[in-house]
Amino acid sequence: MGEQAPIVIVLAPLFGALLIAFVGIRFKALCLPVTLGALSLSLAATVETFRTVLARGEFVYLLGGWKRLQEGDGISIGIEYRVDTISGLVLLVIAAVSLLVAIYSRTRVVADTPDRVPYYYMLYLLLVAGLAGMTITNDAFNLYVLLEISSLTSYALIAVGSRRAVLSAFNYVIMGTIGASFYLLGIGYLYIKTGVLNMQDIHAVIIANDLAESPSIRVASVLILMGVWIKMAFFPLHAWLPNAYSYSPTTTGALMAPLVTKVMIYIMIRMMVTVFGLDYSFRATPGMPLHWSNLVVTLSSIAIVAGSVMALSRRDLKKMLTYIIIAEVGYMVGGAWLANEKGMTGAVYHIVSDAFMTLCLFLAVGVIIARTGQSRIEGMNGLFKKMPLTMAAFTIGALSMIGLPPTCGFFSKWYLVGAGIEAGQWHYVGALLFSSLMNAVIFFRIFEMAYFPKEVNEAEPACFDPDAHPLETLEKTPSSMAIPLWISAVTLIVLGVFNYTIVQWIASALQSLNFFPAAG
Amino acid sequence: MEFFEQLIIPKFNYWIYVILMMIGMRAMIAKNNLVKKLIGMAIFQTAIILFYVSIGVKEGANIPILDHHMMPGEIHGGDPVVVAEFANPLPHVLMLTAIVVGVATLGLALAMSQKIYRAYGTLEEDDILSQIKLEPND
Repeated sequence: MGEQAPIVIVLAPLFGALLIAFVGIRFKALCLPVTLGALSLSLAATVETFRTVLARGEFVYLLGGWKRLQEGDGISIGIEYRVDTISGLVLLVIAAVSLLVAIYSRTRVVADTPDRVPYYYMLYLLLVAGLAGMTITNDAFNLYVLLEISSLTSYALIAVGSRRAVLSAFNYVIMGTIGASFYLLGIGYLYIKTGVLNMQDIHAVIIANDLAESPSIRVASVLILMGVWIKMAFFPLHAWLPNAYSYSPTTTGALMAPLVTKVMIYIMIRMMVTVFGLDYSFRATPGMPLHWSNLVVTLSSIAIVAGSVMALSRRDLKKMLTYIIIAEVGYMVGGAWLANEKGMTGAVYHIVSDAFMTLCLFLAVGVIIARTGQSRIEGMNGLFKKMPLTMAAFTIGALSMIGLPPTCGFFSKWYLVGAGIEAGQWHYVGALLFSSLMNAVIFFRIFEMAYFPKEVNEAEPACFDPDAHPLETLEKTPSSMAIPLWISAVTLIVLGVFNYTIVQWIASALQSLNFFPAAG
Repeated sequence: MEFFEQLIIPKFNYWIYVILMMIGMRAMIAKNNLVKKLIGMAIFQTAIILFYVSIGVKEGANIPILDHHMMPGEIHGGDPVVVAEFANPLPHVLMLTAIVVGVATLGLALAMSQKIYRAYGTLEEDDILSQIKLEPND
């Protein structure tokens, strides 16, 4: 593949979806093999691209060979794909997670949506194509189109779930459209001022013409931030997320929860770093009483505390996890806005580790639902005895969420706390520690129940939406579910052990993006 | 009067798009009926399309189609192609994509509202929510 690898990352799932449309609808048995093949190809291309990036730095791919007007500094007229180590890491996460969830889905999709298997896999592949494209593209409008592709498919993937899922998907459509439209509007304002759509070029034009003080650019930055915040469920804008993820089919939740919010956080970082520039993002604005970075870090502290408290009050495992995601979004937004290199590094590292923690926990909960037919915390009574391996993987995921070494959750939290101290944002540090304690309470409550079964009269009947799932419980965990779960659990430890390498990769990308600790 | 001359009249396209967008947004957030919410969503998206279309317009400009013997940089009848004579096609082309996205979103959301109607027998949000409260769920 070599030089063409970046395009294969996006095209493999896209053409896989088309192939299912032609072949899979007639031969249902071929849907899963096609999906797995497309995702494996995408993963191989991602690995190849990432190796190239490590060897020789940023990898620029010109779609259709449209060269820049003048070699070097001219503006680009075509769409560019640009991979550095940060986007390479996010692409690796997307490819790996989607492949693992596809393996996991073998029995689940047939059980959840028996008559719509081909359509489900088509949407699944399109969602992966959209997410990968968003990460890799360097064109602001192209990003909008791919954002809408991934949103549209995720609305549909959620809506095929239980009875309640349709209404939550509908709310997600409303919120998601507002978010994407804000993003589009922001790009419009940038285009008015700069006349270009390539992210690097937008930044170059802003710098060259000294447009940073222009109200249009200010409006554009606010609109784009609001758009991505809605899409990533940043705390006051989070209302769509818990229902959408918890009522969706198991596979959808396991695919979307690790990926969608993390990719949006990557987009936010991309906008801060590449389009507006760190100088613009972190500098105090003359004439504005608030310091942007202080404001956002305060908001994210509130998000962390609120997410943790709401998670503690839930009795349903899936719901609880969705609120933990909201708290985790606060970690990453806060880390990115701490205005120092450590914080940005920690935020990117947390994108990677949080994706796998969420994946591990969602897969484990999926297995628990498949085995016990419900997802209430009360239903976990004595579960260690019934399914020790699944619960062991769940424990690794939970410990990583709490932040115990040697799991990656500890190291990402370590970097974020260190960055918070360095920046003097004590409320952020406090919120991080508070959230770790909350997670400990949440998960040890579950461990206690699952490890030391209480003698209770039969657990109350399943509350997991009776009319959507014919609650057939499996006697044995199928290996197609157990293997991805264990791979994700082991990945958590591997990521933790190799955290230094990963952080070095991230730091090298931040250097090539001209990161400097913004003074003051 | 000065306010009108300086802020409203030269920038009327922005005013119109903001007003339309706010109408749409209010409908999306405040209306009770799901289909009314979707109508609001359509207005919201159309407002943004209007914004983009209006920024490509130039006064006295022509449609952006060049004769084949009028390639940029070449001399035609003694005059090179003047960019100011043509409307900016790029925002308009971008909006073709945005229109398609809007139609797809609307279609998907209408299909969902149909499914909601089948499940709950109503499209009024508070009726649906009161039905959900009765269900044994978290």
